[in-house]
Parts: sequence; C-alpha cells; structure tokens
Amino acid sequence: MITAQPKIGLFVTCLVDLFRPTVGFSALKLLEEAGCTVEVPVQTCCGQPAYNTGDRATARTLAQQVITAFESFDYVVAPSGSCAGMIKCHYPSLFEINSGWRVRAEQLSTKTFELTSFLTDVLGLEQANVDYAGTVTYHDSCSGLRELGVKTQPRRLLGTVAGLELREMEESEVCCGFGGTFCVKYPELSNRMVSDKVAHILATGADTLLAGDLGCLLNIAGKLQRDGVAIKVRHVAEVLAGLTGVPAVGEAEGGE
Amino acid sequence: MQATSLAFKRNAIAALNNPVLQKALNNIKIGFVRKRAAAVAKLPEFGLLRDAGRDLRNHVLDHLDFYLERFEAQVIESGGQVHWARDAAEANQIVLDICRSVNARLVTKGKSMVSEEIGLNDFLEANGIRPVETDLGEYIIQLRHEQPSHIIAPAVHLNREQVADAFQAHHAPYGFTERHEEPRALLDEARQVLRQQFLQADVGITGANFCVAETGSTVIVTNEGNGDLTQTLPRVHIALASIEKVVPTLEDVSLLLRLLARSATGQELSVYTTFSTGPRHPADVDGPEQFHVVLLDNGRSSMIGGEFQDMLRCIRCAACLNHCPVYSAIGGHAYGWVYPGPMGSVLTPQLIGIEVAGQLPNASTFCGRCEEVCPVQIPLPKLMRHWREREFERHLTPMPTRFGLGVWAFFAKRPKLYRRAASFAAWALRRLAGGAGRIKRLPLAKGWTAWRDLPAPPGRTFQQQWAARREQRP
Repeated sequence: MITAQPKIGLFVTCLVDLFRPTVGFSALKLLEEAGCTVEVPVQTCCGQPAYNTGDRATARTLAQQVITAFESFDYVVAPSGSCAGMIKCHYPSLFEINSGWRVRAEQLSTKTFELTSFLTDVLGLEQANVDYAGTVTYHDSCSGLRELGVKTQPRRLLGTVAGLELREMEESEVCCGFGGTFCVKYPELSNRMVSDKVAHILATGADTLLAGDLGCLLNIAGKLQRDGVAIKVRHVAEVLAGLTGVPAVGEAEGGE
Repeated sequence: MQATSLAFKRNAIAALNNPVLQKALNNIKIGFVRKRAAAVAKLPEFGLLRDAGRDLRNHVLDHLDFYLERFEAQVIESGGQVHWARDAAEANQIVLDICRSVNARLVTKGKSMVSEEIGLNDFLEANGIRPVETDLGEYIIQLRHEQPSHIIAPAVHLNREQVADAFQAHHAPYGFTERHEEPRALLDEARQVLRQQFLQADVGITGANFCVAETGSTVIVTNEGNGDLTQTLPRVHIALASIEKVVPTLEDVSLLLRLLARSATGQELSVYTTFSTGPRHPADVDGPEQFHVVLLDNGRSSMIGGEFQDMLRCIRCAACLNHCPVYSAIGGHAYGWVYPGPMGSVLTPQLIGIEVAGQLPNASTFCGRCEEVCPVQIPLPKLMRHWREREFERHLTPMPTRFGLGVWAFFAKRPKLYRRAASFAAWALRRLAGGAGRIKRLPLAKGWTAWRDLPAPPGRTFQQQWAARREQRP
C-alpha cells in the first residue's frame, strides 16, 4: 500500500557517503519529486564486507543497527542494488528462524528497494523530466540484476530522458570484477575482468557509462582513466535527477 | 593427485599471462555459453524443468539410503555386483582386485571425474596395469600427463598444434609417423589407435552420470561413442560412481537428461546415451561377462543434513564453469585439483580440506551467474560464503584481511565515530588526489592502484553536507 506521501528512509550507502555524495542527493531529489518524504537515518554500512568475509557476528551487529534505524519508515531505498540486496535478500538469514530479530529483518526486507526499481515498480514513475545530451551505455550490476531483478527499470526511465541515446554493450550482465574485497584480494583477476568490461564499453562508441552501483562505477572509472579513455562515468541516478553539473566520477573540478 | 590449490593466486597469474591458454579459453564463450543460451531460448519450460530438477535431486538426497539400497538390490537382481568404497584408497583397491581377478593388463576407460578424484590411473599404472583413456580430450591429456581442465571438455585448454605434437610424440609405434594438424586427420588417427585398445582391453571402466534405482542401470552420456565400446567390448565392465548419482526411476533420468545436455553443450540430447543393466544375458548380442558398480562416498555422506548438502544436487554439466568470469579468465588448472570453477570451489574444500583449498571459495565476486545457469539451482555463492564463514571461525582468514575487517568494523559499529573517520578520509583522499580528481598510487591500496586509478572523493561526505543542509532548513 502506498500512503499519500510515503516516508522513505534513504540508505545512502558507505561508498556514496565517502566517494560520491551527489548520488545521495540525486536519490533524494528523485524521491522527493515523486512525492515522498525522505529522511536520512543514522547509518554507516549495511555490513556486506563482513558478511562476505565470513564474519557473521559483525554482519549481524550491523544488520541490527540498520534494522533499528530504518524499521519505522514505510520504505527503505538505496541507490545501490548491492546494499539493497544485502538488506532484502540476506539480512533474514543472519538470524535464527522465529526469533524476534528474524521477524524484524523479514519485515524490513519486504519494504527495502533499489532506487530505480522503487521509482518504477512501486511508485509507478514513467517519465524522467530531464535531458542529457549524450550516448550512454548501461552496465548491469550483479546484485541488482540477479538478486533484485533490476534490468528494465533503469532503461525504461533512461528511455524518457530527452537527448539521451542508449547503446547496449556486449555482455552487459557480466561482472566488472569489483566484487567488494575481491578487487584487492585478487587484483590481477579483477583487472582482467574490468579490462574486458572496458573493451565492451569502448565498442559501443558511447561517451558515458552508467550503472546503478558505485562499487562497479569506481572500478570501471578507475580503469578507463588509467587507460586514458575519455568516457564519462556516472551513477544512473545523477542522470535521472539531472544533477550532472558536477564532474563525472574521478574527474577533476572544472576539467574534462 | 597433489593439490596445488594453495598456490591458486600464483597459478591464476601464470594462466592470465599464458597467451596460448588465453586463446583456447576464448572457445568456451562460443562453444558453450552461446549454444546453451540458444538451447534454453528454444525451450520455454526450461525454468520449470530447473525447478523439477532441483526438487528431484533434493528428494533423492533426503532418501539417499533408501535409493542406494534399492539400486544395489536391482544391480544384484540383474546379475551384477555392487562394491561400497568409503574413500579413494578403498575404491582404487576394489578396482585393482577386480582387474587382477581376470589377469587384466590393459584397461580402457570412459571419461570419469570420479576416477580423477581417486587418482585411479596412477594407481593402476603403479600396479602394472595400463589404463587408456578413450574420450578424445581425456586421451590427449593422458598423453600429455595432464589433469582435465574442465569437467566435460578436459582438453579445452589446448590448441590443435599441441594435440598434433602429442600425437606425433606417441603414435609412431602405431605406424603414424606423419604430423597432422587438421582436426579430421587428428580424429582419424586417434580413432585408429584407440580401436586397437578397445579390442585388446581386458576391462572397461566408465563413470556414471546416473544410477537408476528402479532398474539397477548405470547411465552414461557421451558424444563420441567411446563409452559404448569401453563397456561392451571387454570381458568386464566396472562403473565408477559417487553415491549421490542415484536417481529413482527412468522417468527421472529423462528429466535430468533434458537439463544436462542443454546446460552442458546446448544440445537437446547428447549423441550417445547408454544404459547398462547387468552383464551380458544369454539373448544379448554383446556385452561384458561381469558388471561391477563401485559406489564411492569419499566424504559425501557427511554433507547430508549439513550446510553443503545442496552441492550434492550437482549433475556435472559444467555450466557454472562456462559462465564464471574467473574460470573463463584462467581455465581449470589454476584451481589446483580435480574440480574447477564454482562447483569445484564448493566441493574441493570438502574433499581435500579448507586449509588446502581456502583460496577457491574466496576467488569469487559472488556475481551469481553460476547459480543463475545451474540446472538444479545450487546456490553456489551462498555455499562459497559458508566456506568463508568456516575459515573465519577457525581463524584461517589471512591476517591482513582479518585486521582490515576488524578496524573497519570498529568504526562501522560506532556511527558518530564513523562519520568523523569518513570525513577525515574524504579530506585526506582529496588531498592525495591534489586536484586531479583521482589517485594514481595509494600505498595501502596497491591491489587497487596497481591496475586502475582510484576516483577521489569530491570533498565533504554526504553526511557532512546533509548535516549542513539540515541546519539551513530545520
């Protein structure tokens, strides 16, 4: 049920907080324009690094922190398929079946969404009233795609952005090689995967790469820039919110 | 075989820098991934079949003892014998005893990963019996003294020239002195050499894709027909299978066959699907005098009821290998033991120990493509994560990872402190970038900056900006 003005707890994500605040403000803008009341509860990280390293105790503590801070909202929205997937698909499994925390985790799970999925699937948004002069290609982030089914939602909205042309790359569904701690634990493998991704991006001739997860974006932007390729990298929310005045990921202030 | 899984990182880097291997690995995308996608697209009910496959395999695992005993009774009923092997050593000894009982000197073999798992070839050779692999890929790697690098395409890491070299080095005694590189010529040469082995072999050993409880039959699928010649021509047929391969009925086999071929090679059905039920009966035109089934446990029964039980659903189609970005980049040998790719990353720690194989379940981004294509929906990323949990509990996680995680967790559990630390990090990283927008070298993050720039934070954190905004508009 959508209340007249749903109250959203914005899960900013730790990467956006540190590396790309614009993504958080883009999410805020999109949600407010769609008629939501948005708050930013106390938060640090969803706990995925601990969870995927096998440290369930720390993951559980951080999950409890998030559950406590966000359970009073109508919805939890994150500009990330990875973090939203952690809350939605993995939090319940951290707690004993039938325990109080399990029930609370399951309740939070049902109302947690990735941003573009929330805007389209829940709020029914069909039109992004912005323009973007550029040819973009879209990378499907693994968790958003396979855990949450985010595939058509960002593309539908991008299709309504004036001036924007979307050119699909080969293997848009194959991992970019970020993988959280994977990219520093196995840098050579990660480098190979992101190099393949970069080759597919280049083959499209697009001038902008978009995705819905900052981890992938930092990885791909870092590789493009190391290779000296002038393709702009942005989070899909920045384009949909029209907040593209700031330099693209990894670009210097005032310089292309 | 001696596992080199501990050296996974080194193996992987060597593989990435091996141009011949890299070229060969390209074939996987064309040969397997696209063909599977086309086969699945032609079958709208594939998703429902996957559900049914998962449910069937779960049912079997929940009643494994019942179906195994039923299978044994049916094998005996049809005139065959069943041998139970707790581990590799027992299985090898059983096979050797059977071979010795008929004074076997030459053994032909169909492709069997269980045989690789127990190291059967080395064991037979050490005991004076010559095993000859008859699957073309398996034959090639046997000549090269290599392990399979893929569970259904054992020689996928090789190119034509390497095959030609191997044949030239070994086929002179059979009258082949000319070097060929044409696939057809290579195939013909192998056929003629192998034909002589088929006719001379005393014992034929195959694996089993399925063991049918209803009939006591073993089932193999091949594309070369070598399996049929292996199991029908010699006097003795030994089928080697791990205990989880049992399936209740022939009807169930047909369900799994539909899933298997499409997932493996994009075929609707493999070229040969062969059912063996007992030894040659009086009315049969051919077949072995003796039919033996060796059922191997090797730690599998301890997986029943535990968090790794789902792994036993596996039907060895290799779709998870073919679709894994890590496997596709390095091939199978880097994994350092018998089973590579995502299924190997879950199974290997169970079979040889997490202390030895700990790297394998860690070398994954959890991208989830393996689970997405698995015909029996094994949650491979979840199972790899369970291994990481076991490592963490037993303090096997490498110290730098553990320490880094500890520091990060200290802050992440304290939001106020975390905000201050993040603000400091944003400031410091921005300073390091020096107005460039990105950092080229960061001493503590070499893993990142050796290969790519690190985009720098633009300045204040989201939380800092948000707090400032809240003050402006309370």
